[in-house]
Amino acid sequence: MIKPEEIKSIVATDCGSTTTKAILIEKKEDGYRLIVRGEAPTTVEAPFEDVTRGVLNAVTEVEELANKEILDGENFIKPYKDKNHGIDIYISTSSAGGGLQMMVAGVVKTMTAESAARAALGAGAIVMDTIASNDGRQMHEKIERIRTLRPDMILLSGGVDGGTISHVAELSEIIAAADPKPRFGSTYKLPVIFAGNKDAREIVKNNLGEKTDLFIVENLRPVLERENLKPARDKIHDLFMEHVMAQAPGYKKLMSWTDVSIMPTPGAVGLLIEKIAKKNGIEVLGVDIGGATTDVFSVFQEIFNRTVSANLGMSYSISNVMASSGIKNIMRWIPFHMDEKEVRNRIKNKMIRPTTIPQTIEDLQLEQAIAREALRLALEQHKTMAVSLKGVQQERTISDTFNQTQSGATLVNMETLNMIVGSGGVLSHAPRRVQSAFMMIDAFLPEGFTMLTVDSIFMMPQLGVLSQVHEQAATEVFDKDCLIRLGTCIAPIGNAKKYGSSCITVSFNGNTKEVKYGEMALIPLGVGEKMKIKVKPEKNFDMGEGNGKEVTKEVEGGVVGLIIDARGRRPFTLPEDNKLRVEKLTEWNKVLGTYPEIK
Amino acid sequence: MAHAFTPGLKVSEKAVIYKERRLPLKGEVVVKIGDKVKADDIVAKTAIPGDVETLNIAGRLGVSPEDVKEFLKVKVGQEVNKDDVIAETNGFFGLFKTVIKSPITGSIENISGITGQMILRHPPKPIEIDAYIDGYVTEIIENEGVKVQTKGTFVQGIFGIGGEARGEIMRIAKSNDSVITENDITSNCKGKVLIAGAFIDVKTLRKAVSVGAKGIVVGGIDDRDIKEFLGYDIGVAITGSEKKGITLIVTEGFGQMSMAKRTFEILSSHEGEVASINGATQIRAGVLRPEVIIPNFNLKDEDLSSVDSSSGIKVGHNVRIIRAPYFGLIGKVTKLPPELEKIETEAKVRILEVELNDGRKITLPRANIELIEE
Repeated sequence: MIKPEEIKSIVATDCGSTTTKAILIEKKEDGYRLIVRGEAPTTVEAPFEDVTRGVLNAVTEVEELANKEILDGENFIKPYKDKNHGIDIYISTSSAGGGLQMMVAGVVKTMTAESAARAALGAGAIVMDTIASNDGRQMHEKIERIRTLRPDMILLSGGVDGGTISHVAELSEIIAAADPKPRFGSTYKLPVIFAGNKDAREIVKNNLGEKTDLFIVENLRPVLERENLKPARDKIHDLFMEHVMAQAPGYKKLMSWTDVSIMPTPGAVGLLIEKIAKKNGIEVLGVDIGGATTDVFSVFQEIFNRTVSANLGMSYSISNVMASSGIKNIMRWIPFHMDEKEVRNRIKNKMIRPTTIPQTIEDLQLEQAIAREALRLALEQHKTMAVSLKGVQQERTISDTFNQTQSGATLVNMETLNMIVGSGGVLSHAPRRVQSAFMMIDAFLPEGFTMLTVDSIFMMPQLGVLSQVHEQAATEVFDKDCLIRLGTCIAPIGNAKKYGSSCITVSFNGNTKEVKYGEMALIPLGVGEKMKIKVKPEKNFDMGEGNGKEVTKEVEGGVVGLIIDARGRRPFTLPEDNKLRVEKLTEWNKVLGTYPEIK
Repeated sequence: MAHAFTPGLKVSEKAVIYKERRLPLKGEVVVKIGDKVKADDIVAKTAIPGDVETLNIAGRLGVSPEDVKEFLKVKVGQEVNKDDVIAETNGFFGLFKTVIKSPITGSIENISGITGQMILRHPPKPIEIDAYIDGYVTEIIENEGVKVQTKGTFVQGIFGIGGEARGEIMRIAKSNDSVITENDITSNCKGKVLIAGAFIDVKTLRKAVSVGAKGIVVGGIDDRDIKEFLGYDIGVAITGSEKKGITLIVTEGFGQMSMAKRTFEILSSHEGEVASINGATQIRAGVLRPEVIIPNFNLKDEDLSSVDSSSGIKVGHNVRIIRAPYFGLIGKVTKLPPELEKIETEAKVRILEVELNDGRKITLPRANIELIEE
């Protein structure tokens, strides 16, 4: 393959379950930039049953928009000749055909089984079920479960090196008895990855070697104190392409076109988030809210985690958001009075006709109320998976007595979080950017200083796979063309007894502004603009340095500006009284300019 | 996007309908191509592997797992009857023997020398599938099932609950926009597929179940009534497996909504004829909608319209509006401007102009209509 420094032109596609998106990136005077983007319906299902049709259609749209010849029939013109002819590399991600669906198994539910789930999620899989020796189910129930779910792949872990063998043997017997058949076609055996106790390898081989396509990698939990997820994650990526996607229509051809392996879409997004956090030395929370699922990615304390909430989304799964959060939690965000019956019917009508879009402000506000709950629930689920390793004996000193960190505590810390990246239709395509900012603030409740951003046109997957080939190109495009900075959210932690009490005073460029408890404020500060701001919280509020302690910080603006959220944290609550609730929501929306005035 | 795709619900009196009838796993097809089948006729059958049971032999015998094999009386693959001896210890001079009997009739699936567990399997369970509609077998899917073809009326709903059912069509609503009550449900409704109007509430639905109606086709229903009827909130729209004693097909949506006039008239005109209905709905890639099928073998081939939804929206097409503020209204497309336009929410979207039945002209996002397919 061409050397990275010689790459001038790149085409990257993401084959989603409904749309295939193509982008063209080229080297310009100011570095690598996005040139154009095209899209076309994905063609994995009947009548086409060939994913490459959709890819060619999307790339053809790119050709037309960029006025450039990229394809010669079904071949990419390589290498780059001039600005109107040819590209250097073609890469792709894919989540078509339902993505990668896995089952994982481990000995102890909260230890090796949880590590296995983290490895599978990190690789971009949907974890259909986690089987553990101590999960409370009978052996035959586990066998039935594996058989009915028909996963694409199974990750079997269990036992630290030198630990239990019999439990691992039992798990492999369960898998063997289930004799699972893969989802696509019956001509190949189900891939099983064993990443457990190295002393159990022979037994696992005996039990599964014949019945499944068995791969053995390093133990993902060699000792209790340490996870080693990378070998298992890498193997999942390899097998995803070779064994799972290769069975889907057209993928063999697509694989022959790409210059590096096709990655599962969420795996690629995760890779990008991980790299961004590392490069800038920051803590990042990323979220991609789709029609059916919501993915959450995070890097806290330099540890990457990803979860997918398989049934939280804004179209196919919209009704499940209501079922999971409860109708009351959705209704609390609606800034006007609407009958519960009407809310229910509108949500269900969106469920049965998921491609419709809100036409009225009222309908938009309802949809954004639901999005808040979907995002909130997805983060809740993420918090339970992004945890420090459980089962680890911690040595404590006297000083720890006052600062105990439990094993198994969540890594997610909204106070130390530096940046939130939002993507997915409801966030990327909100008519006003401030709507996205407000949705993320209400759902995630950031604390202290947090930069809010959105992925403008959802090209993180393509940039993720690009980062494997050309990290510089990926980060340049990410910074300049992909990420839209909305602005910094400033939110003190704490509460006062009643709305209108003093909360914080901010000083900047010779101005002083007091924001009372229960209020929000917007200070203009544009994209790329930075300024020093002094924030003085009242004695029961904390900006990160302790109650009442003043903090001075350089903050960055964005298309929205600086948002000051003095509505309280830990806990954040909305008024119980319905009339007051609507009044406050209306006031906040007015301050931020969230919605146009209804005539 | 290449083009906005707006598949509508199919409502046709003269359709050719194909139904695939497939076993959940391979088995035997019992009909031939060309066979005339009735809805209740079995077309394919198979047996699914029985459930498994596990038995901790080592634990029960009080021996280590690797020693289990010395005490076994059965081999892997062997068939056993309930209470057959499957393992026993020698005991002490023939006394104090521990005997383990098979808890089931079935076969021995596996015996592990590492965990000491035995896995037994129940005998296979037979499964049969029927033709679902009266028609002809047009294709055999080897070892898996058949395709049955029929001619007649085909009406798709938007959402349903409950699975396949059959019954005589009976109209109980006066008109497409009227609302039925409990009093409209009588013992005459037993075994029938009831055609209601714009709305049904949970009480009336329960009454229909209590008199033994097979199904109800209605314009709209409140979500909270569905919740009360089912006992839970529907999360993801995958239905069809509910066992509530009735199949419900909603043609328009949630809330009180007049059934499309044509749908109501077509269904009413078949009163007394037997319909095959299915409430199964899946709103995912590869969408599945509930349906009413009324076979009519007297239709001539030249009258038939093949059901095809691949054409886009054109000026003059009849459409149904499927989102507030005009939800449920029906009209004709009068303009399809290609440019993006700003709507009330400030989103820039592709729009169209529709002339409503009352003469009003409105513009709305193209995503918010569906084609009424003939």
